[in-house]
Amino acid sequence: MSVTDVVVTGLGATTPLGGDVASTWDAMLAGRSGVTPLTAEWAEQLTVRIAGQLAVDPSEVIDRVRMRKLDRSEAIALIAAKQAWADSGLEGSGLDPERLAVSFGSGIGGAVTLLNQDDILEASGPRRVSPHTVPMLMPNGPAAWIGIDLQARAGVHSMASACATGSEALSLALDIIRSGRADVVVAGGTEAVIHPLPLAGFASMRAMSTRNDEPEKASRPWDKGRDGFVMGEGSGALVLERYDHAVARGARIYARLAGAGITSDGFDIVQPDPDCKGGIRAMTKAIQDAGLTGADIAHVNAHATSTPAGDMGEIKGIRAAVGDHPVITSTKSMSGHLLGAAGALESIATILAIRDSVVPPTINLDDPDDRLDLDVAAHKARPLEIAAAMNNSFGFGGHNVALVFTRV
Amino acid sequence: MATREEITSGLAEILEEVAGVNPEDVAEEKSFTDDLDVDSLSMVEVVVAAEEKFGVKIPDNEVQNLKTVGDAVSFIEANH
Repeated sequence: MSVTDVVVTGLGATTPLGGDVASTWDAMLAGRSGVTPLTAEWAEQLTVRIAGQLAVDPSEVIDRVRMRKLDRSEAIALIAAKQAWADSGLEGSGLDPERLAVSFGSGIGGAVTLLNQDDILEASGPRRVSPHTVPMLMPNGPAAWIGIDLQARAGVHSMASACATGSEALSLALDIIRSGRADVVVAGGTEAVIHPLPLAGFASMRAMSTRNDEPEKASRPWDKGRDGFVMGEGSGALVLERYDHAVARGARIYARLAGAGITSDGFDIVQPDPDCKGGIRAMTKAIQDAGLTGADIAHVNAHATSTPAGDMGEIKGIRAAVGDHPVITSTKSMSGHLLGAAGALESIATILAIRDSVVPPTINLDDPDDRLDLDVAAHKARPLEIAAAMNNSFGFGGHNVALVFTRV
Repeated sequence: MATREEITSGLAEILEEVAGVNPEDVAEEKSFTDDLDVDSLSMVEVVVAAEEKFGVKIPDNEVQNLKTVGDAVSFIEANH
């Protein structure tokens, strides 16, 4: 380890599987689904009536008056970030605020605030539009609120790269610490857009599962019966810290963020490159950045969202960039697809897989696609010694991010 | 016509709803920002809610003069 190495010293999350990291991880290892029916009246007219809804509503954690000023995506980002902060032991540690940065993004942002306020505008006129509307819907809102709460003064950054956002935010945090601009970065992603309009938009693209009668079976990456992704809401946050800084204060270290690779397809606004060329380059760069070779990567937490078009290209990519040996999984089979938060939540799963020497399962892989020629931890968690693991995230627009975590 | 006490009590309800202010802390001499911690955006919400509750129009250029609860009570009393 060198002084510019970056390690993970805090984790936080609120997800469809649990209101914190421990409950979410327990649910993953048990192979539980967080996908449930949408019971609101507005859902009746939709073709998609299921989602990964938060296990713990933010209103149970944040008081009513504060919630008036926060978009749901901001509220859950704050919850996850504060959990990660508390977990890191940095609270009250005397960290210089000018050495603390935030890198936190969202795929879609405060769209639900925009839509709700538009309803008010139409029904009651412009004077009734909330003065909190703009800070609630602005895409930098979650990062900004975290920065205010933690008094981060080394810069607050907001990623937006669709479903790669959470991982790209971690990659930026790695760059910030390596470049010496901060000692600690709170990084992650958040998403909360379970609302008829985003659901209808994704459904119109025919990108979503309509397995409304069997919600827990709807997210089934690599299975022949997969018919689209299931939208999830949630947030994941990680505290990244310069290694020597963490050691000096005796911090508990989960893992090292050893490398990142970012590429873009330059191909299509929504379709992934079928040969995963951009993904292969991202994975290769991440492995090289970590100073490793493909043979070192024992496990991959795949992007695999359960869409007919997307899942198999990544399989080719992993074979090409990593090899045919890693044990892979898609935790989206349980959480649903948390869009801009996916990369953060799945990084947390990757880190805990290293810590606990276990690969969380891919549930619902009952009838694997004939082209699936890699070893998936299907149905049940798989014990595995993992010295290095990778997390992949790909996003609409052709964003590809691969992160490599290693055991410390 | 509402009395000053009734207007103060109505404002206290609004302040509790919008800004989480304890109704027992609301009194005519209290400053919205310094004593009751109502931030500028929440103050806009208070004004709009007060307009509805008391049937008054509070012009934006008047809002800056409403420093205390008593200022707001006097304006509402004189204009509703």
